[in-house]
Parts: sequence; C-alpha cells; structure tokens
Amino acid sequence: MPMTQEEVYAKIKEVLTTALAVDEEEVTPEARLSADLGAESIDYLDITFQLEKTFGIKIPKGELIPENLFSNKDFVSNGKVTAAGITELKSRMPFADLSKFEADPDINKFRDIFTVDTLVRYVLTKVN
Amino acid sequence: MRWIWIDKFEKFETGVQAVAIKNVSLAEEYLHDHVPGFPVMPASLLIEGMAQTAGILVGAARNFKEKVILAKISNASFTRLVRPGEQIVYTAKIANVNETGASIEGVVTVRTLTGGGTRGEEVPVGTIEMMFSHIDQNMAGLKFPDFNFVFNSQFMELFETYRREFVINI
Repeated sequence: MPMTQEEVYAKIKEVLTTALAVDEEEVTPEARLSADLGAESIDYLDITFQLEKTFGIKIPKGELIPENLFSNKDFVSNGKVTAAGITELKSRMPFADLSKFEADPDINKFRDIFTVDTLVRYVLTKVN
Repeated sequence: MRWIWIDKFEKFETGVQAVAIKNVSLAEEYLHDHVPGFPVMPASLLIEGMAQTAGILVGAARNFKEKVILAKISNASFTRLVRPGEQIVYTAKIANVNETGASIEGVVTVRTLTGGGTRGEEVPVGTIEMMFSHIDQNMAGLKFPDFNFVFNSQFMELFETYRREFVINI
C-alpha cells in the first residue's frame, strides 16, 4: 500500500528531531533545514542515511542534492543561477518546489530549497 | 608524537567492525587531573578512543585513500565510570558508508581486573554514535591538500604496529 504524505511527514519529523536535535514543533513543512533547523553539511549525510534506513530506500549520490552544478559557467553568472541553470535544476530535482528560488536565484539561497516539505516530496517519489 | 588512545586491536573486519582495547593505568597523568583525588577516565577521552577505533575502520574501508575526519557525535551516553586498572573495549560497527562519509554505532565496555565485579568480567559503560566525513567529497566543494594528512606515513607506521600485534591479518 502506498504511503501517504502524512505518514511520510510524521517519520521525517522523527528523523529530523533526532538528527538535528530540534524540537518537534520546529519541524514544520516550510522549515528550511539549514537556515531554520541549523543543519550543517554533515547533517545532510546523517539525514540521508536515516531516510534510507527509515524508508528502506537507496538515495544515490547527487539525487537529493544535485552536485557539480554551480561549477558550470552556463548555469551560474554573477552569483545567480541562469535560466539554463534553473532548467537543469528542475530536471534534476523534479520533486522540489523551485518557484521561490526562481524568483531570486541567488546562489547563496540555494540551500533554502531544502525544506522539510522538499524531503517529504522526495521520499514520496521513492516509496511509491 | 601522535595522540594514541588505543593499545591494540582484537578484531578487525574491514568494512564491518573493529574491536580495540585500551588499558587504563594510574601512571597516566590525565587521570590525576580530571577529578583530583578520584581518578577516572574522562568521557571525552572515551569518545576519542572510539573515534580512533572507528576512524581507522572507516579509513580501511576505502584502503586509506580518503581523508577521514570525525564530523559529528550524534549521541554519547555513559552509565558507568572507568577507573584505573580496567581495560576498555571499544566495539565500532559501520552502520552506513558511502562516497561522502560513514556513520558508526559504538559500544564501550570494560573488563574489570580487580575489585568490584568478578575478575575479567565485561560490563557495559556506554554507547556512542558518530559520523565521519570523507572530506574531499564534501558538499560545499571545499578543496583540501592532495597529501593525506590523516593517514600519513606516521599513521601507517602505527597501523603496521597494530597489524604486527594483531593475530589476524588486517
């Protein structure tokens, strides 16, 4: 039976409260992993491992968090992601809502894409 | 001089688990300084001992090609003090490992040599979960020197010592 969004969200909440040592109330769908929940780069690896274990899925390198994207000059110009970069991001992250980032594609705000909801959407594509 | 907190490996299954021991001796200075008048192994050094056991295990899983750095202590809890004359046993198991790093589940026990329990009894001390980063594969794209400053020649000499002292080939 496919998992519902609520079931996935509840389990992700558990993963994040453990991995990031935050209170359950802080883990809202719109909370950003880095800016709001204080995730550092090693925490993303921790979260990846825990998601794999919790949901019995395999998360290949670069699938949840795209890699080697911003070293490509076609995709970044003056600290902003170009239209071509956005198209590339959309194809690599079909599960993510990129509308906010598209409006202000400042490369420093890239991590803001990773909200709790982004994780939920990603996991839903893997479990169902 | 290297900061060495394990005396010997008792078991080493590459990519799976390692068991290392440390004998705690009253000759060691830190025991007198941590809690004056009550010599006890500091918990921070129990974590360091586990980090060394696990770090070598994680390094060996990639044939010491990666620079393995302790990146996170996810959990560390201790229920018993470790005193002089006891032998610490660090058991580190790889829970996960991939290109980016590894997570470890560690168990600390002691073998009591005198007093307290029965001679030679092994009792639980605590559990430690930790994460290691293969730092050349870091997500931020930071560059580090090519030279492996973690598993350098000095480390490999130490590792040779461990291998020689160890009954099974590592």
